[in-house]
Amino acid sequence: MTAAFEPQGPRHLLSLEDIGPDAITEILRLTDRFVEVNERSIPRVPALRGKTIATCFFEDSTRTRMSFETAAKRLSAEVLNFSAGSSSLSKGESLRDTIETIGAMGVDAFVVRHRSSGVPEQISRWVGEGVSVLNGGDGWHSHPTQGLLDAYTLVEHLHGGAGTGHRLDGVRIGIVGDVRHSRVARSDVTAFAAMGAQVTLIAPSTLLPASLEGWPVEVTHDFDAILPDLDVIALLRVQRERLADGLLPTMQDYVEGYGLDARRADLMGQGTVIIHPGPVVRGIEVTSEVLETHPRVLVQRQVANGVAVRMAVLFWLLGSGVDIT
Amino acid sequence: MTPPYGGVFVARSTVMDAAQVQRALTRISHEIIERNRGLEDVAVVALQTGGVEIARRIAHLLFEIDGVDVPVGTLDVALYRDDIGLRPVMPEAATDIPVDLTGKVVVLVDDVLFTGRTIRAALDALTDFGRPRAVQLAVVIDRGHRELPIRPDYVGKNLPTRRDEVVDVNPEGVLLGEMRK
Repeated sequence: MTAAFEPQGPRHLLSLEDIGPDAITEILRLTDRFVEVNERSIPRVPALRGKTIATCFFEDSTRTRMSFETAAKRLSAEVLNFSAGSSSLSKGESLRDTIETIGAMGVDAFVVRHRSSGVPEQISRWVGEGVSVLNGGDGWHSHPTQGLLDAYTLVEHLHGGAGTGHRLDGVRIGIVGDVRHSRVARSDVTAFAAMGAQVTLIAPSTLLPASLEGWPVEVTHDFDAILPDLDVIALLRVQRERLADGLLPTMQDYVEGYGLDARRADLMGQGTVIIHPGPVVRGIEVTSEVLETHPRVLVQRQVANGVAVRMAVLFWLLGSGVDIT
Repeated sequence: MTPPYGGVFVARSTVMDAAQVQRALTRISHEIIERNRGLEDVAVVALQTGGVEIARRIAHLLFEIDGVDVPVGTLDVALYRDDIGLRPVMPEAATDIPVDLTGKVVVLVDDVLFTGRTIRAALDALTDFGRPRAVQLAVVIDRGHRELPIRPDYVGKNLPTRRDEVVDVNPEGVLLGEMRK
């Protein structure tokens, strides 16, 4: 039996475009199992006992790092935490030396966040055979686990779970905000489209990518007009730096055109839900009033599901032994 | 269906027909009631996926015999297996334990008992749902080849097998055969 099992090739999660729709569907299906584990009074299974996972965050992050760390611990893996600020990087050590040093401690997977696009992929070429690299968000490129957890949260809201082949066919999703500088937007589009949803980007031209070639989306600048037809409003963070970049004339203009306030909340369809990857900049992409009083804000489910999705991804890469290519 | 994996199952002989399986399950149900002097505190937990249908039938029989509706749960032990990393392992089916197992007599139900490793994983998993007063094991077929000190409490049939043979328990009965490429 064991002789017939041959370890697979490189097992990384660098982007959702990389792994494709079948793997996305498979991970969401697997997530159901880990949602159940997380609901237990003892939310821990021995599945990755003996594995070591290093979280290497070269850019600040609280929720993603804690979410990955929680996921790893609930699978009984060991966790090493690395943060750029307090490391030898600040003493001039190169990225490659840093990764190889951590790798020499015997690490089975790196979770990497970096402000530059492509760093996780670069690292995946440096690590030893059998070591996995998971992208925890790189530049404007990709944030695969966020895309997965957003898609899972919507499937769960509509169907109670993803395990019986439930999908997002025909669900109309509007992604609102700074799409251009958002790694979340790209991963959301890929995850939502893989599950069959129709995605519309809603943003001023200056906050859309220069080219949308290959994106399975429609585009509008008129939030009010499309609002009643949406089943899901996926808000993105709009950073104040965009003012300094000259991409927004004033924040007030953005809020008037694209901010989700009480007036717009009244235009939303019956049953339409709101998601946001966090951290929320209150008063810009959404008002505190809507965030706190709207009955269908799924932000807390996103956070809870984030742990389950990351458990699914870690188990899929490090434990399952199934073919992922 | 039990290991080894891969290929197509080819049946060589019928070990039990549907009526024989039904009689065995009826006897097992009587034994469960007799051993536990009733069904107070008894809970049935089925191992995914082969034990689920068997457990449902045993629970039905227990109700017919004694008029007690015992709680029935399901357990997927994939995340507790000791061969993770040695062969493909995926949690395929739902774990659903509807009651706190502390103080209960848990009757684990599976279709075939082979190496005992699935049951070892199940005993580990159960401890995450409480501390049962006792755990008992019911199987349709005990085919031998144990690799751990585990024995069943209720057995439909003891079936001597070769290690490379495959036992298939299905609604029509029990078949013995092998996997062919």
